[in-house]
This record gives sequence, structure tokens and C-alpha cells, in this order.
Amino acid sequence: MTYEKVNELNLKDTELRLGLPGTEQAKEEQEVSCVRSNKRQLQSDNEEESTPPTKTQIVGWPPVRSYRKNNNSVSYVKVSMDGAPYLRKIDLKTYKNYPELLKALENMFKFTIGEYSEREGYKGSGVIPTYEDKDGDWMLVGDVPWDMFSSSCKRLRIMKGSDALALDSAL
Amino acid sequence: MDLRLPSKVLEHILSFVDSNEDRNSVSLVCKSWFETERRTRKRVFVRNCYAVTPEAVARRFPETRSLTLKGKPHFADYNLVPDGWGGYAWPWIEAMAAKCPSLDELRLKRMVVTDECLEKIAASFKDFKVLVLTSCEGFSTDGLAAIAVACSNLRELELRECIVEDLGGDWLSYFPETLTSLVSLDFSCLDSEVKLSDLERLVSRSPNLKSLKLNRAVSLDALGSLLRLAPQLVELGTGSFSDKLDQEAVSKLSQAFSEMKELKSLSGLWDVLPEYIPLLYSVCPGLTSLNLSYATVQMPDLVELLTRCSNLQKLWVMDLIEDKGLEVVASSCKELRELRVFPSGAEGLNDTNVAMTEQGLVSVSEGCPNLESVLYFCVQFTNAAMVTIARNRPNLTCFRLCVMEPFSPDHKTQQPLDEGFKAIVERCKDLQRLSVSGLLTNKAFEYIGTHGKKLRMLSIAFAGDSDLMLHHLLSGCESLNKLEIRDCPFGDTALLENAAKLETMRSLWMSSCCVSFGACKLLSQKMPKLNVEVIDEHPLETRPDSSPVERIYIYRTLAGPRLDMPEFVWTTQKNPEIGVSHLAIK
Repeated sequence: MTYEKVNELNLKDTELRLGLPGTEQAKEEQEVSCVRSNKRQLQSDNEEESTPPTKTQIVGWPPVRSYRKNNNSVSYVKVSMDGAPYLRKIDLKTYKNYPELLKALENMFKFTIGEYSEREGYKGSGVIPTYEDKDGDWMLVGDVPWDMFSSSCKRLRIMKGSDALALDSAL
Repeated sequence: MDLRLPSKVLEHILSFVDSNEDRNSVSLVCKSWFETERRTRKRVFVRNCYAVTPEAVARRFPETRSLTLKGKPHFADYNLVPDGWGGYAWPWIEAMAAKCPSLDELRLKRMVVTDECLEKIAASFKDFKVLVLTSCEGFSTDGLAAIAVACSNLRELELRECIVEDLGGDWLSYFPETLTSLVSLDFSCLDSEVKLSDLERLVSRSPNLKSLKLNRAVSLDALGSLLRLAPQLVELGTGSFSDKLDQEAVSKLSQAFSEMKELKSLSGLWDVLPEYIPLLYSVCPGLTSLNLSYATVQMPDLVELLTRCSNLQKLWVMDLIEDKGLEVVASSCKELRELRVFPSGAEGLNDTNVAMTEQGLVSVSEGCPNLESVLYFCVQFTNAAMVTIARNRPNLTCFRLCVMEPFSPDHKTQQPLDEGFKAIVERCKDLQRLSVSGLLTNKAFEYIGTHGKKLRMLSIAFAGDSDLMLHHLLSGCESLNKLEIRDCPFGDTALLENAAKLETMRSLWMSSCCVSFGACKLLSQKMPKLNVEVIDEHPLETRPDSSPVERIYIYRTLAGPRLDMPEFVWTTQKNPEIGVSHLAIK
């Protein structure tokens, strides 16, 4: 069977449908949902039906071997500490887990950090390590698994003083 | 009168037939030719490890010396295939060990290789010579030690971009003092430091060493002494190029490089500091291959390097080269055949504001008459540029364009890039591999189907409007062998209409498209010679037929359904209780 240049209408007449008769709507819903928000309208340059995912959010895109990515980008992130006059930079890849990272930060900025617990964050010392992730949100260091953290962390900020106290009491 | 050619004579004739394509034809002539051919075949290539069973291959070609296998689908490189999918080397090594004792070369790509596999190789093949693992994983440096210690005639050990559990650098020290046959050693993908003195001794007792690719942990200082021990190298992958050396060390290193009269290929150059680039000038005129894709070399330094590489045929570089740098390539590297430009900002941590555009590639297409293979990551492109490139270079055989923002139109006209790709497939009559990107409508695929008659491999992402796209490709591209698609609104109709085509191809991959579960079931029923694998991390038992599946991987096979499927891979045969799809034909 050959396809002549059929327009969409003819296709629908002859197509094999999946599902029970009368479920036309279900198929359309399925099409929208599976393409998600990736489709852009050709006609409207300015209008976007939904924000297309940025390239950093799409799995496996751009199509570069992850081996190449890991070796290429040294994951230096800026670290700021409240009250410190200048920022530092650390390579996240040199640490394998949170304790190592926190120890390095403690050494770098000469402070001690309180104990971390999932419920209460960092209690005790008035020092709270936070980080900005790929979405631009500020998160508490330690909440997510290390691998997830090290690949999504863009910068670190060590809060202390009144900001930290305010957070402490809020928790 | 016996008119048959005596088998000894036939054997002698066949010893001149090298190409497996020809041997495949020979094997179809008659039974006795089939027998003679199979007993004399020395190299076997299985490009999909699940297309045939290891036992069948080992039984058919008992005298084979060399086996090449490929496992996971190409998109596994981009993390689109979940861990544990398959591609295990073990059954192959086991089968070959049992039936093909003459095996001395094993080349594996995208396969899971364990330490047990490596130990088995070391124990089973007495004269083992060549182990090349590309994009493999599952083994540790202990497995390497097993190979090193046992294979006393080892010639090549190459680990290309493998993921290895690195337990330390000791493995290198297991090469015995009696091993003098080494021709090629590539451990560039390992992290740990090897003992320099052991490496130096290994190099100095390997007079035939032609290719040495070091890992990042080998310092610049160490490189100097290694080069002095092996000035005959044809291929060199340096380690880290960034230690601070004193003046004397620098001049000794410079001297070492200038002694390397045979050097044709250079890679590595991690962290290369601009002040050390002049060290390479003496080898540049001899280079035919230069891989700078791990070197964060910036523009002005790149230019200095490339103007001296007049014989370069293959260049891999990061987009730090920018359009301007490619203009230099166009005027200096007239012998260029293959160009790959990789994105430096792949992780989104791009501190440099590099914008690779169509200009760079246009320049190279104008200046380099032998250019036939392109992989190009950029931020924008135009139809006009592709038309120019096609006109300049109708000899292109591989054109892989990746405009990094999905759905990017022609940045000057805001039109889809249909016309540009049309020019490419129309003009480049020998095009075998094509990757498309940017904003594309059905038209682009109509053109590809119409003109891409020699196209064997096609990669598509974020493109098209409807099923017609897939239909154009499957019905038009006569030579199509591998098709991989992600995030396109292709669905069931085209797939089912062109089911027969799938038996003429090696494989089809579709992920995040609109293929329904019911279509997969139906396709599976219709086409028993295909393995239709649904790879979906959510359970399928309660799915309605109309629901889309996450990924499908379809490949022709003589082996039937495989027995090593993890729970997230579904096939009709594995889960027969899910049964036949309920199609309503209107």
C-alpha cells in the first residue's frame, strides 16, 4: 500500500485506531501528553504554549557522551560565606560525599558546622550551608543524594549570623 | 566426472578473499562452498550482539581469530538506555572459549564486560593479542591486571572511553618483564596514577610500540621521559599538560617532541596551559590527526597550532575554536577529511560565551576539498549555509548537525531548516550518515526519503509534525540500516504500515515518541523475526493499549527473544499474559 500525498483528513479515515470505537478524544489526549510541552507552533513566533524545557533539563541533550561531559567540565562552584570579604571556588568533583565537602568548607572558612538531620537541618552552630541549584532555587545542603547535589549545584552560600538564626528558629 | 573444485583449492582461493561481504556471497553459492568458507573465515563482525547467538557464531566459524561485537544501541551514549538493559559480553566469551581456541582479537563496543570476562579471556586464549574496548563498562582495574599478567604475547590493549572501576594504578605493574610485544596501549580513560617507573620499563622493552595514550594522571614531567624512551611513536595521547616545569625541563621536553619523526596522531592535552602549546609546534607538520576535544585551548593559541598543521586530515576540537578559528583551518588544513566540533558548555556550566555558528562550517566546506565527515555542535544555522555547504562539498558521506536549542529555526529567516537539509541530501549522493536538528517539518523528511538513497544511519530529535515523517523515511530510504529517533510525534500508523521494512534494517530506536503499547504488541505479533523491546520504567501490565511507551528498540534477529532481559524490558514473548492488542479497525 502506498501513501499518496494525503492530508491529515484522509489519514484519519483509513488509520488503524487503537482502543475501543468512540475513544477519539483519548487518542488526542495521548498525543498531547506524550509530546508534552516540546511542540512549538509554527505559526506563532512569539507565542509559546508552554515554556519549552531548556537544554540543561532534557535528558541526554545535547547528544554528547556523558563520559566527555564528566571529563571536560571541571565542576568549580563559587562559595560565599556571609561576612567573608571575597568568594572562593571549589571543585565539587574532588569530593565524594557530604562529610568530605563540609570538612573542606570548615577548613576553608574556619568555622564548625552543626549536626545535620533531615528534620531539623543544621542545628547548633548558627552556620547553615546552602546552595543554588540548576533551577535557581536555594536549597539546604544535604537534603538530596550526593550525586544529585553535585550535578545540580551551581554555587554555595554559607549562611551565618542573623540570617542563619532566623532560619534555625523557623525550622 | 567430478566437476567440484577440490576444497583445498577453494581454500587457497578464499585465502585471498578478505572482505566479509564477499565471503557472505561465497557462502551462499552451495553447501560445499559454505563449508569451506566458514572453516576459513578469520574475522567475524557481529554488529548487534542480540542478532545471533554466541553458540551459533562459534559453531559456524571455529577458526576465527578476531571477533568484533557491538551491544547497546547508540543512544546509550546519551543516557537514554537505562542501566541493566543488557549487552553482556560473558556469553560470547564463554562460547568462543569453548569452540574457538584460535581467537586472539576481541573488539567490543558498548558492552558490559566484567572482571570475570577479562579473567576468562586471559585463561582461555593462549595467544591472545588484541583487546579493544570502546564505551564499555562493568570491569575494574583488577580485570586489566589479569589480562596484563597472563597474555604474554599481548599486542594491543585499548580502553576507549570506558567506565572502569578504578582500584588503583597497580594493574600496569602486572605486565611481566618478558612482555616485549606491545604495539598499542591506551589507558586514557582511567583515573588512577600508574607507577611511572613500571610504565617507563614497559615502554623501553617494547620496541614495536607505535601507539601510547596516557591518562590524565601522567604528568608533563613524566611525559618527557616517556617520549625519550619511545621516539618512534606514531600515535600519542598525552596526560595532563599543565604542571609548572622549570626552563630546563621545558627545553628537554621540546627536544623530545622534535625527535618524534613518525608522529601522526596527537590527543589528550588535558588542562593544557597556553605557554606549553609551542612545545607541540615541531610535530604539527607531520600530524594527520589531532584531537583537542579535551583541551581547553582558547582561540589565539589554537590558531598558532593549526596554522602549522598543513597535513591534518582529522580534527576534533571544542567550540572554543569559534568561527574565526575554523577560517584558519579552512586556509591551513587543506587535507582535512573529518571535522568534529564539540560543545564546551555541554553541562550548562559554560563560563565562556562561545557562539559557534554556521559561518565556521561554511568556511571549512569552502577551503577543504576533501572534507567528507562532519559532526558540528552550534547555536544557530541557516538554510542558505547548508545549501552552500552542499554545493561546495557534494562528497560528504557523514553530516551530523546539532543546533543545540531544540526547534531552532533558520536564524535569519525564521523558517524551518527543511530546505537546508534538502540541499544536503540532494547534492551529497554518497551520504551514508545524517543527523538532523533544528526546526523541521514533514517536508524535510519527505526530502530525505526522496533523495537519501544511500543513507544508512539517521538520527532525529525534536522534529516533525506527524506520522508522515516516519513513513517518508521508512518507505524512501532504501539503504536505511539504523534509525534512531527521540522526542518526535511519530506514532503507530507509519510503524505498522512499514513493518516489513524493519526486517531489512539492523535496528530502530524510538524514545519519547507517540508509539502506543498496542502498536508494539501488534508489531510483535506481525513480525516474528524482530525483537520488539519495550523499555519502560513503569509497569505495563495495567496499561491500556492506547498509552504511549517510553522507549522501543526493535531489531532483526535470528536468535529469538533474549533471555537476559531486566524487568523494565518487555516483549510479547516474555510477558505473554498481556496478550494480543485489541485493535478496533474502523
